[in-house]
Amino acid sequence: MSAVPAAAAVPPLFDLQGVGLRHGRVQALAGIDLRVWPGERLALVGANGSGKSSLLRVLHGLARPTSGQLLRDAGFRQAMLFQRPFMLRASALHNVALGLWLGGHRWAEARGLALQALGRVGLADAAAQSARTLSGGQQQRLALARAWARRPDLLLLDEPTASLDPHAKREVEALMAEFAAGPAGNGTGAALPVTMVFSSHNLGQVKRLASRVVYLEHGRIMADRPVHDFFHGPLPEAARLFVKGELV
Amino acid sequence: MSTMTHSAATALDLLTSLDAALWTIVGRSLAVSATACLLACGMGLVLGAWLGVARFAGRGAVLAVLNTLLAVPSVVVGLGVYLLLSRSGPLGAWGWLFSFKAMVLAQTLLVLPVVTALTRQVVDDADRAHGEQLQSLGARPLLRSLLLAWDERYALLTVLLAAFGRAISEVGAVMIVGGNIDGFTRVMTTAIALETSKGDLPLALALGLVLLAVVLALNMCIAGLRRWRERTDGAAVAGAAAVAA
Repeated sequence: MSAVPAAAAVPPLFDLQGVGLRHGRVQALAGIDLRVWPGERLALVGANGSGKSSLLRVLHGLARPTSGQLLRDAGFRQAMLFQRPFMLRASALHNVALGLWLGGHRWAEARGLALQALGRVGLADAAAQSARTLSGGQQQRLALARAWARRPDLLLLDEPTASLDPHAKREVEALMAEFAAGPAGNGTGAALPVTMVFSSHNLGQVKRLASRVVYLEHGRIMADRPVHDFFHGPLPEAARLFVKGELV
Repeated sequence: MSTMTHSAATALDLLTSLDAALWTIVGRSLAVSATACLLACGMGLVLGAWLGVARFAGRGAVLAVLNTLLAVPSVVVGLGVYLLLSRSGPLGAWGWLFSFKAMVLAQTLLVLPVVTALTRQVVDDADRAHGEQLQSLGARPLLRSLLLAWDERYALLTVLLAAFGRAISEVGAVMIVGGNIDGFTRVMTTAIALETSKGDLPLALALGLVLLAVVLALNMCIAGLRRWRERTDGAAVAGAAAVAA
């Protein structure tokens, strides 16, 4: 089911074998076979409730599979961004520094690294500003800074631009592209860019950012293709309708 | 009516002339309730925050008991503490019965469920909304609970004010374990009860007015805090909208 690996010489970051996730009577994921390779940019697409967020939560360890097996390469660092980032009632700088402190950095060191990260996302001037007073786009950039500062090898993003206006969308998307092109935190030991797994309803964004696309329906993977093949090759009927915009 | 008018005039006179007996009672009341609230908050905030994020077998039963304790009458708490501290009770050797410490202990136990239950609710709601994101940053449950409690500090300040209101206005517990001893354990509520039964309405009324003023001040604090938060949040939303535009 998995597409051709981007870097077959190295082991996958994740190897999911028949993974399922059940919440009470709801089967959020079923029989997921998926390998995530270092350096690839994997987009998860599908209608609402198809299992994209659940899959990201499983990959980030926020939900434990109720069936199947999840094998994770040891030693790599990962971070996750959510559609609506949560910022504590504190300054932008403290929010980024807190993420680093929770990751094991000393507070003084965390503040220095946080300032650098804020500069990378264009929020250095807002460092002392309350994070809650920032706009939605700025908060998402702040969340990217928080993730960036931790130098992850893998970045998971759950519809990071879904609730943003077009201008903020472009800004965040540009930062995502820059982030993905940058070097990994090298927990993988490979000279590869950051691996990115993101969910999106925006097919233009998927074309621009992804190297591989996974289409989910009712918690199952229905198509797994390199990005060019996904948009130009044959697909199962539901995936084809989704790409045509006739299934949302 | 004339008695009422006369009592009110005498009460105002006692208040404005800084009557020593009256203000000693007021001071003791505030000291007992403030100490009890500090102790209850020290325990209740941490315990409530932890209960807000912890998931364990039997949690539902614990929460049911906690919520039930919210409604426990103060006389029942007083009776329980009396049994603990009485000479034949398990803590009788402490010699606390009919003392300031006994009243603090009783009010602490009275207020602890209020602080714990309300903190639990506030942190639980915050955890359902945002806990996963803190977890994704590496915050373990106890640290997550403390971070969320800190983040909800304005809501929790209201909880603390409500707890103080409960403590300062109760009469049953301090009457039983304090004994209403003049110059020693007499507080506003027990003094009001006693003076009314004796027919000394001016002192009872003066104390009642002070008690009302304290509760009014608490309510004004809560209202002010709410308005300030609304203004702050409003400014934040307006600021965000202006930046987005």
